Amino acid sequence: MANFGNPVQVLNPGGFEEKGEMAQMSNLIGATALSDLVKTTYGPKGMDKILQPSGRGHSDKVQVTNDGATIMKSIMVQNPAAKILIEIAKTQDDEVGDGTTSVVVLCGELLRGGEKLLQQKIHPQTIISGYRLATDVAYKALCESCVDHGKDKEAFKKDLLNIARTTLSSKILQQEKEHFANLAVEAVLRLNGSTDLSSIQILQKPGGSMRDSYLDEGYILDKSFGVGQPRRIENAKILVANTAMDTDKIKIYGAKVKTSSMVKMAEIEKAEKSKMKQKCEKIVSHGINLFINRQLIYDYPQEFFADNGVAAIEHADFEGVERLALVLGADIVSTFDHPESTKLGSAKLVEEIMIGEDKLIKFSGCARNEACTIVLRGANSHLLAESERSLHDALCVLSQTVNETRTVLGGGCSEMIMAKAVTEAAKKTAGKQSIAMQAFADALKQMPTVISDNAGLDSAELVSVLEAEHYKGNKDAGLDVNIGSVGNMRDLGVTESFKVKQQVLLSAAEAAEMILRVDNVIHAAPRERRQ
Amino acid sequence: MSVIFDESGRPFIILREQDKKQRLKGYDAQKSNILASTSIAKLLRTSLGPRGMDKMLVSGDGDVTVTNDGATILDQMEVQHQVAKLLVDLSQSQDDEIGDGTTGVVVLAGALLEHALTLLDKGIHPTRISDGFEKACDIGVEELARISDKLEFNKDNLEPLVKTAQTTITSKIINKHKEKFADICVKAVLDVADLERKDVNLDLIKIQGKTGGKLEDSCLVDGIVVDKDMSHPQMQKVVKDAKIAILTCPFEPPKPKTKNTIVIEDKEQYEKLYRQEQEYFVNQVKQCKDSGANLVICQWGFDDEANHLLLQNELPAVRWVGGVEIELIAIATGGRIVPRFEELDAAKLGSAGLVREVTFGTVKDRMLFIENCANTKAVTIFVRGGNKMIIEEAKRAIHDALCVVRNLIRDNRIVYGGGSAEIACSLRIGEEADKISSVEQYALRAFADALDAVPIALAENSGLNSIDHLSKIKSEQLKTKNPRIGVDAVGSGNSDMRTQGVFETLIGKQQQLRLATQVVKMILKIDDCIVTGSDQF
Repeated sequence: MANFGNPVQVLNPGGFEEKGEMAQMSNLIGATALSDLVKTTYGPKGMDKILQPSGRGHSDKVQVTNDGATIMKSIMVQNPAAKILIEIAKTQDDEVGDGTTSVVVLCGELLRGGEKLLQQKIHPQTIISGYRLATDVAYKALCESCVDHGKDKEAFKKDLLNIARTTLSSKILQQEKEHFANLAVEAVLRLNGSTDLSSIQILQKPGGSMRDSYLDEGYILDKSFGVGQPRRIENAKILVANTAMDTDKIKIYGAKVKTSSMVKMAEIEKAEKSKMKQKCEKIVSHGINLFINRQLIYDYPQEFFADNGVAAIEHADFEGVERLALVLGADIVSTFDHPESTKLGSAKLVEEIMIGEDKLIKFSGCARNEACTIVLRGANSHLLAESERSLHDALCVLSQTVNETRTVLGGGCSEMIMAKAVTEAAKKTAGKQSIAMQAFADALKQMPTVISDNAGLDSAELVSVLEAEHYKGNKDAGLDVNIGSVGNMRDLGVTESFKVKQQVLLSAAEAAEMILRVDNVIHAAPRERRQ
Repeated sequence: MSVIFDESGRPFIILREQDKKQRLKGYDAQKSNILASTSIAKLLRTSLGPRGMDKMLVSGDGDVTVTNDGATILDQMEVQHQVAKLLVDLSQSQDDEIGDGTTGVVVLAGALLEHALTLLDKGIHPTRISDGFEKACDIGVEELARISDKLEFNKDNLEPLVKTAQTTITSKIINKHKEKFADICVKAVLDVADLERKDVNLDLIKIQGKTGGKLEDSCLVDGIVVDKDMSHPQMQKVVKDAKIAILTCPFEPPKPKTKNTIVIEDKEQYEKLYRQEQEYFVNQVKQCKDSGANLVICQWGFDDEANHLLLQNELPAVRWVGGVEIELIAIATGGRIVPRFEELDAAKLGSAGLVREVTFGTVKDRMLFIENCANTKAVTIFVRGGNKMIIEEAKRAIHDALCVVRNLIRDNRIVYGGGSAEIACSLRIGEEADKISSVEQYALRAFADALDAVPIALAENSGLNSIDHLSKIKSEQLKTKNPRIGVDAVGSGNSDMRTQGVFETLIGKQQQLRLATQVVKMILKIDDCIVTGSDQF
């Protein structure tokens, strides 16, 4: 009965807590382990990962990828600190599209630095305040180092090309990076500053080689014409619709057909048909020669359209319809009573084309030119999927850069500039914070180290040379992993978007701070899974 | 043992003791209860103050929360122990009533219980301890009122309010930008405050988070932010001088609540019904248009045809807007919520200077900003940050700060933070204890000692030599008769909390004392603890 000395059970059975140093250690180890996992994919010579999903029916869907966000979305982790890292990678992906690996690696390095300081019995809050000072200094240095070519169109386009090349060089597309950089820049410039990437369609078609990928100025829809309808339409007038073309049900609640004789039944059937006929007539009366619907088109209206010389495309998916409307400058229509106020789309030429073995419909000479299609070709579907991810990253970065035109240098150059600034500031800071600031600078220096390690180069040697260059005042020095030496990044054109770098720095610092602040981890009892 | 014997010596079972049932009595019960409570208090202790640490909570489903807020920690750690649950409730009620100081109140209660335990060891009866605590609490509350200062502020001088909000935010992770967030909070509260009635309805302040960007990008939106977009991709994205129709009826054919069937018997009926259906949509849109609206916000969905008709009539519309948001929009824009199309007229429309759809990041994330509303009495604090957890924590911190500012508007008396108020109370209670000739004297002294727990925890968390530091402050307070001397947690070399600008509300502090005392009294009164094991099937 007596409860002396026995621990009192406070938490739910199954729940437990980790305290103090144990909690900190488990968090730091979890976070650094995750960062080590993706570390090897970082940089132009980074390696890829194979992801094999578990679970029934999925085990054959293998992904080969180099994209940090994709890797981290796919792995299941238990460690709560590692979950925070995954969260920042996701945010990075949603916000700027690229730099997902960088943010996790940097955060992991910051925590590794923090761990060493903790072992020296420095209080986490002191480390945090040091990291904060360092983040401010680094951010300022980053802002100072950036270049803005937003006003000068030619130079800006060159910047964009450089950024695209830098982003692509760490991906599978690096073989053809020149080609794809051009593709991506051209596609983004067509958007006129919008960041809505949905108007750039990426179409994967296995077959051919990667070099055969191309940007199509028009729009390609992965659908085919109805039977017996023209395969080629010049000066097309297009109605884009979202309406039921199967059976037009009456939507009034509770309507029910009840007839007393076969005759009446036939009449109603006729009425139903005539209703559909009316609808078709109304559609035809818009004076169109192409009708595109989001939903299915049944045989009867299909036939009616064919008779009236109107081609019809059925079941264009939701995104397809939105994009089409955007390209063709048409309204998406659901009622057809006012032909005069409906905006029709137009295209000079709509024709069926063949890519590989598939029939597709191509719209060229469209009213509005904002959208376009990139057709990716490649040997197999894994390759294509990875190419699409890489291209998507590049497009994201570019579209963000169009709005935030500042650029910084890559190849570990910006990191070195920041590290240098932080080191100098640390020397001027009195108190324990300066040790933490130094650790922050060391973490920044790890970024070029990882790049060169992944490239199989002597990182200790290279990074020290790089650092020396920077202290000599050569602000453009960075790693040229292709020849394995330090080079001038501006001449090499290794450029990155300022927005990406800024987000990497701030998110990583924020997350590191958050993890370091924790001194207690409480696990609730896992929810019972019912079979 | 729950077994007694009758006169012939046979056992007589009162409570069947099985595995599932546990029973603790007398001193054992008190001791076990106090142990459980103090273990909770110890957990929160390290979160106290500007240098306090955070806790990471992993829920049953594996979701991670990182927080510093006492009420949230206790709420999510799924406490099982029955007495520990009282402490969870304690911090919850502090949260409901005051909004801030949820950690402090638990730490205080834990310290009180710890000291009560030593008194119990001495053989003092729990009731006497309770009485003494009660008396001490009264003295403490009185003393707090005595040392409190009136905080004078008006529309042009918000500095004192901002300072107090900052004190609250300092202990949270967003303290890097505390000036900015304190500023946002004060402005938000003043926007919705009813200064004449001295009340603030915090429901009018919406806190909306969105991952991405940085904490500095957070801002106060003079209006409402809704996580929705226009119902048709081709509708205009910006509406200036919007006249908003706020509807709670769907753009769909009516669905009568009574079950009905419409029987179609012949062709005419079929066609009639078809025409009628078409007319519904046309009429609905026409009614909206006729009322003069140029934006429709609807709680329900739209039929495809209605959606297109809206587009054709150049009437942008938003669908599936939640009930709470609809209400807020109605308040902000001064419009009426209209449940039927027929009742729509110009007088019932809300108005806003600017409604725009904003796109974020690289995914198709859109939000609707309704700004420059007719009635400024509804605002949104829009929080951005690097990850989901930090935004959640920022939201909690903002909620605390909002509560504090509201409390100040209700009652502008403040005390000083940094443990100074607790020390002043402790000194005063110590003095009073000497004047009492009964056993309660011990309880009063214990209470005074327990109050020291807060400054000690503060000093400990700030990496100071706590006992040494506390005695220094105490003697200084005694010497100078200055109740504003507290723990210098941020290492500024100044221990006068007025010049450091560490303010806390008087009612918050008083409430802490009262609530903690009440719970402690309740726990002390328990002398028998019967736990029925959970039923097993």
